[in-house]
Amino acid sequence: MLLSEMREGQTARIVAIAGEPRLRRRILEMGLTRGSEVYIEKYAPLKDPLELIIRGYHVSLRVSEAAQIEVTLKSQEGPYAEKIA
Amino acid sequence: MPKKLLRIALAGNPNSGKTTIFNNLTGTRQKVGNWPGVTVEKKEGEIHRNGYDIKIIDLPGTYSLTPFTIEEIVARDFILEEVPDVVIDIIDASNLERSLYLANQLRELDCKVIFALNMADLARSRGMHIDAGIMSELLGVPIVFTVGNKGEGLTELIQTAIDLAGSPVEIPEERKVRYSKDIEGAIGELRSVVEERTDGSFPYNRRWVAVKLLEDDQIIKQRMKQVLGASAAEPVLEAAKRLRGQLMGRFDEDPEIIMTDERYGFIAGIMREAVTTSARRRMDFSRNIDLVLTNRFLGFPIFIFFIWAMFQLTFTLGAYPMEWIDAGIGVFSGFVAGLLPAGMLKDLIVNGIIAGVGSILIFLPNILLLFFCISLFEDTGYMSRAAFLMDKIMHLIGLHGKSFIPMLMGFGCNVPAIMATRTLESRTDRILTIMITPFMSCSARLPVYIVLAGSFFAASAGTVIFILYLLGIVVAILSGRLLRSVLLRGIEAPFVMELPPYRVPMLKSLLIHMWDRSKMFLKKMGGIILVGSIVVWALSSFPSDINYSRDYAGQIERIEMVYAEKIRDAAPEAVVDLKSRRAQMIRDVKNMRYQEKARKSYIGRIGQMVEPVFEPVGIDWRGSVALLTGFVAKEIVVSTMGVLYAVDEAEAESEVLRNALKNSGMTALSALSMMVFVLLYVPCLATVSVIARETGSVRWALFNIAYTTGVAWIAALAVYQGGRLLGFS
Repeated sequence: MLLSEMREGQTARIVAIAGEPRLRRRILEMGLTRGSEVYIEKYAPLKDPLELIIRGYHVSLRVSEAAQIEVTLKSQEGPYAEKIA
Repeated sequence: MPKKLLRIALAGNPNSGKTTIFNNLTGTRQKVGNWPGVTVEKKEGEIHRNGYDIKIIDLPGTYSLTPFTIEEIVARDFILEEVPDVVIDIIDASNLERSLYLANQLRELDCKVIFALNMADLARSRGMHIDAGIMSELLGVPIVFTVGNKGEGLTELIQTAIDLAGSPVEIPEERKVRYSKDIEGAIGELRSVVEERTDGSFPYNRRWVAVKLLEDDQIIKQRMKQVLGASAAEPVLEAAKRLRGQLMGRFDEDPEIIMTDERYGFIAGIMREAVTTSARRRMDFSRNIDLVLTNRFLGFPIFIFFIWAMFQLTFTLGAYPMEWIDAGIGVFSGFVAGLLPAGMLKDLIVNGIIAGVGSILIFLPNILLLFFCISLFEDTGYMSRAAFLMDKIMHLIGLHGKSFIPMLMGFGCNVPAIMATRTLESRTDRILTIMITPFMSCSARLPVYIVLAGSFFAASAGTVIFILYLLGIVVAILSGRLLRSVLLRGIEAPFVMELPPYRVPMLKSLLIHMWDRSKMFLKKMGGIILVGSIVVWALSSFPSDINYSRDYAGQIERIEMVYAEKIRDAAPEAVVDLKSRRAQMIRDVKNMRYQEKARKSYIGRIGQMVEPVFEPVGIDWRGSVALLTGFVAKEIVVSTMGVLYAVDEAEAESEVLRNALKNSGMTALSALSMMVFVLLYVPCLATVSVIARETGSVRWALFNIAYTTGVAWIAALAVYQGGRLLGFS
């Protein structure tokens, strides 16, 4: 499935990154490499962009960019908000 | 003993605390300028330690040295071409893994590099333990722990840099990033080709050149052709192309992608060896703040509140010091006027220079306050959240989420708004935002609307003004889409944006930032504005020996005489009335003289010359002159109209002007057309000069003048002719 199809609170592993080379390289350089784990922190109030946690830091991507990243769902937990409640 | 000079460059990711360290090292002894040829800010500072004069250069914050963005090109070129004695890489220790990507690119560059593990206290509190000894050993790089905002570790950092500069050690070959066998094979082969074909004139590390060529780095390819000549470079580039082809065949993927992957693999190895993370990760302070600030329901209301507060602070609180400055300039102007004998020089200094420069100086409080707010947003980390919230909306116009703040500030004043585009990283986004910001109706345009809408639309004036503001926004959106698809095409910068942890801002950094901007504003604006004001003054004051069609002075004298008699003979209760009638008559004559002077001055002649252009949009020569003088500052449109439509300057905004306007043949439709024109046409001189400065090119400023004026004319034409077709007048 695609990263853009993930829901808040899910964790996924990156399988492949497609798209225009320049974008792809930028995504990789920010640490979103194959095999790395991403946590979907949240979608912006207007559903675009989305916020991810990868390698211990927070980064945001547009949905169109996330749609270039193929992932496998790893685990699912409730959204962060519920956890601290 | 002569002092020894050292040059130390600071590199690091954005948000790594680099600026704080730079500020703490150099204090206020900073020089802020631009890197040659680009609009990226360059900061330098000098310190003296242990008998060394140390120049510290703050490189732009980047995530990588892949030369895609201007910042990356600037940082890499500086290290390659200027060869600083030592490069200090500021690493956010709490974000170690990603920071090591840039760190390893620096190591590959073969410069003398030190890693400053900054904010180590934060990393520790997150349960992260970094073994600097092992890491330093594995990477072959000295490591110093620092806490930038407390100034800890900075003495040791500089001492380490001095020691490293004096020692011959370089990073041992075997400690560099190792790639997989196939890639190493290609690097080795290409490297021997490079060694064979190049000499001392191409002074870069051979392994690094081979790596870059395999990554198809355009800048290195170009430089090679330049330095060695196309024919000598050909065999090397040919070999690189062949090896790239081989690797692509083997991996079914571009080599640069594989290598980026493998660099992260190497980093993961370092992390395993040198970093231990305690089992339980703490609840993160920043994440909790974001639960509120980027919340689905609360995010926007809070954002709007912050923007409102910034607006209030900048323009409402700023209005007080503006008044003081205005009053101060008035006093100063009066003082100077008292010193100088009447004549041309006095007129030039008082009405030309002091009035002109004063009209710009008055923006200083706005600029100071605005940049205080913007620095606050940036330093706390809120700016990237604002971009996160707004990106969807701004993306519709082809812009980045961060473009929102400058555009909004445009409603206050375009000058600080355009300066605020510096927060945008991509040059294309920056230029596009600068080009459309002037369509945001700034506060200086409001007096014009008040006079015109008030005179011709009485009851519905508020609605008319609101529609004008709306029109400005619509034109900005359409222009954004148009310019993006025609002029500023190119690939949009990817929106891969870090959301850094929230931090408590440091007052010192805020103040330095604020002062830098303001200094730049004062220095650079001063010159252009000065010249511009003098030119407009000269155009409206010359020729000075006008042949008046009537003897105005004689008329005034006669009125004085007649009324002096009348007042002498009149009953005491009629005196007040007579005096005011006399004043009225004298004023009328004076105004007639003003009008004739205005018509016959150069600017009046220009106004009449361009009248045919404005005729189709329903603006007469007086309106044309008013619009021309509005180039200096838009408020001036009102006072010019006051003069030209026969009113004393002091009464420009009162009833008198309204009546005069109505009697002059101006109609509601032509007033509307004029307002639309004022909304959209050429931004004021200060804005134009700030556009030239921020885009780094006069051509963009000229383009903006032509574009906005063209749009204004077309829009006004549509309003005027369309209105006439619909039967309005």
